[in-house]
Amino acid sequence: MSLKLKKGVNKQSAYNLRDPNLDYEAAHTLSIIVDNESGVLARVIGLFSGRGYNIDSLTVAEVDPDGHRSRITIVTTGTPKVINQIKAQLDRMVPVHEVIDLTLKGKAVQRELAIFKVVANGNQRVESLRLADVFRAKVVDSTLKSFTFELTGTSEKIDAFAELMAPLGLKEIARTGIVALLRGDNSN
Amino acid sequence: MTQANKITGAEIVIKALIDQGVDTVFGYPGGAILPIYDELFQQKKIKHILVRHEQAATHAAEGYARSTGKIGVVFVTSGPGATNSVTGLTDALMDSVPIVVISGQVPTFMIGNDAFQEADTVGITRPCTKHNWLVKDTNKLAETIHKAFEVAGTGRPGPVLVDIPKDVQFASGLYTKKNEIKKNLIKKEPSIDLNMLDEAISRLELAERPIIYSGGGVINSGQSAVNSLRNLVAGTNFPITSTLMGLGSYPASGKNWLGMLGMHGTYEANMSMHDCDFMLCIGARFDDRITGRIDAFSPNSYKVHLDIDPSSINKNITVDAPLIGDVSQILSVLIGRWKERGSKVNKKKLSAWWKSINNWKGVQSLGYENSSSVIKPQYAVQRLEELTKSYNRFVSTEVGQHQMWAAQFMGFEEPNRWMTSGGLGTMGYGFPASIGIQIAHPTSLVINVAGEASWLMNMQELGTAVQYRLPVKQFILNNERLGMVRQWQELLHGERYSHSWSDALPDFVKLAEAYGIRGIRCEDPAMLDDNIREMIDYPGPVIFDCLVEKHENCFPMIPSGKAHNEMILGEQTEENSISDDGAVLV
Ligand SMILES: Cc1ncc(C[n+]2csc(CCOP(=O)(O)OP(=O)(O)O)c2C)c(N)n1
Ligand SMILES: [Mg+2]
Repeated sequence: MSLKLKKGVNKQSAYNLRDPNLDYEAAHTLSIIVDNESGVLARVIGLFSGRGYNIDSLTVAEVDPDGHRSRITIVTTGTPKVINQIKAQLDRMVPVHEVIDLTLKGKAVQRELAIFKVVANGNQRVESLRLADVFRAKVVDSTLKSFTFELTGTSEKIDAFAELMAPLGLKEIARTGIVALLRGDNSN
Repeated sequence: MTQANKITGAEIVIKALIDQGVDTVFGYPGGAILPIYDELFQQKKIKHILVRHEQAATHAAEGYARSTGKIGVVFVTSGPGATNSVTGLTDALMDSVPIVVISGQVPTFMIGNDAFQEADTVGITRPCTKHNWLVKDTNKLAETIHKAFEVAGTGRPGPVLVDIPKDVQFASGLYTKKNEIKKNLIKKEPSIDLNMLDEAISRLELAERPIIYSGGGVINSGQSAVNSLRNLVAGTNFPITSTLMGLGSYPASGKNWLGMLGMHGTYEANMSMHDCDFMLCIGARFDDRITGRIDAFSPNSYKVHLDIDPSSINKNITVDAPLIGDVSQILSVLIGRWKERGSKVNKKKLSAWWKSINNWKGVQSLGYENSSSVIKPQYAVQRLEELTKSYNRFVSTEVGQHQMWAAQFMGFEEPNRWMTSGGLGTMGYGFPASIGIQIAHPTSLVINVAGEASWLMNMQELGTAVQYRLPVKQFILNNERLGMVRQWQELLHGERYSHSWSDALPDFVKLAEAYGIRGIRCEDPAMLDDNIREMIDYPGPVIFDCLVEKHENCFPMIPSGKAHNEMILGEQTEENSISDDGAVLV
């Protein structure tokens, strides 16, 4: 007995005939308070890679030395259903104490720090300095041929600065990724 | 603290286990865990079962845990010992079984140097444990082990691993008692959403075509959850079906029982799931073996989902009323409030619903064509059921067709009597699991319903069964095939039977004899009953080589990519052929 299956490659999984997650995808900034113990970052990252979630940006540092707690800030993209899964999966990890979805919680201050190395002569060099001034970037190092700028701001601002610097001799960028906190007098 | 209060790490391990009430450990020694084995040797409270492969230790611990509701404990050495435990850890994670694996590790000062038998055990086991720890300080050892038990056994249960370098086992440190550790570990459970609960109850009261779909979570939640479930079914007269993991929470002899649902579930269970207007899912997780095609899953029902794990909610199927918490607690509140409101159900519509269900039952989807010349596997399981059901009996299985036939044809009246690898589908699970069960229930009848191919995957455990005089019955449905694979190849791959033969099989009777135990071969349907009785009566381990029809398929079957109301009952017709889309699914 055979089910008369046509030979050949199948286009898609039948479970996904209609992708149940075909919803609107949006970026969410998650603030995660964890025990600062060895392996905790690997656990969080492993969850994302193992379950196929995106990481757009990730930062981590200890924020409560007495309580040995760190804050991990992750920007991830997904449909509401996927974002809810991510939060629930994070929340059930043993060293995770709190998962705050800053995107849902209201307005958050989101900042990134970036360092730009621009190597240029003449007019270009002058122009890069002028633009840096407009963006309130600081010169943190310079040689006769180069400037190193430090800029803090939203990711959009850093993108915009990078774009402007590109034709002016931009050689290297280092970015921290986003850190964020809720606005207002409430702690999370 | 004075030196006098300190004991070695190895002593701490044993002391902590005793403190946790552990009386049995399954394990296998090696260099990096020798100090702990040395302590084991010098005490009498913990019994150690020497398995023949570390994978078997983990499955035995699972069998022990699932048949008792206690936590299973495993010792393995570093490197290969730890890597061999990975399948069992993953199996336990998928099926929410609480086990604690304690692994030896190379000394801390050698970690990272590719030392002999070094493996990054916490790295390797991170995704297959609920949590794991590498303990670098003997003073933290006791606390970590106590935490490990707490994590394994609370909330949604699962496997944990504690990796202990050899120098930490030798060094001295302070012991912390179980009740002295900080209790900040366990996340507080959310309080029950009473508005949601009331909404669910009002839907329950009005339901015209209700169904209760229960899973392993009910069994994990314990006897009070099981009792509540039974009360609810009795009170409402709703039909109930269970997942593979949930069998036994409602008695198979109960009048509302529809049998198992899902890929090889009964027609009545799957049709009821498809056509219902109210679904109460209790401690189950809408696994793909259950739902079939997602977008055609129970399209017109109001779905209530009780689960302790928030990540199980809305993962595969979006539900209307999620109720997060321990199933036993939610159920008792639910029943209480429903009674306060007058224990109402929509009786008239309900009896019409039962009429449809009874029509579906009339299809007799588990029917098969019996034979007087060859043993049909279904018949073998039916006879096994008939002849053993009156015993104080526990059943484990391997993975394949035999597993599904066991689920279909055996009836479980109580929870914790049925141990099978559901989520991971691990061939080789059943034999070691039966050993763990028998250790926990020395006088009970423990049967592993096996396929010959699966059974071979952990057959080395014959040594363990013989050494500890465990009268486990290995009931092998021998079709000389990787039967489930063969079935898929027949149905989905144009009958091209690529490597699905069990070639070069041993003579199972001689194999039994080689171990000094009883081997029974049966190939005549007329001899089956006598042979099964002989197996039961023999006071030791038995390998029962039941030669069955080689080409039998397991039906009913919801082919991949099909909906519940598109199941294949047996004979093949054109319109229920599997689609191209379905063939890519596992
Ligand atoms: C460890 C492992 N490898 C492969 C599989 C895939 N698989 C599922 S069932 C099956 C055949 C099992 O054969 P047998 O144990 O003889 O059982 P039968 O189906 O014949 O009853 C295979 C290979 C699996 N489930 N587990
Ligand atoms: Mg077989």
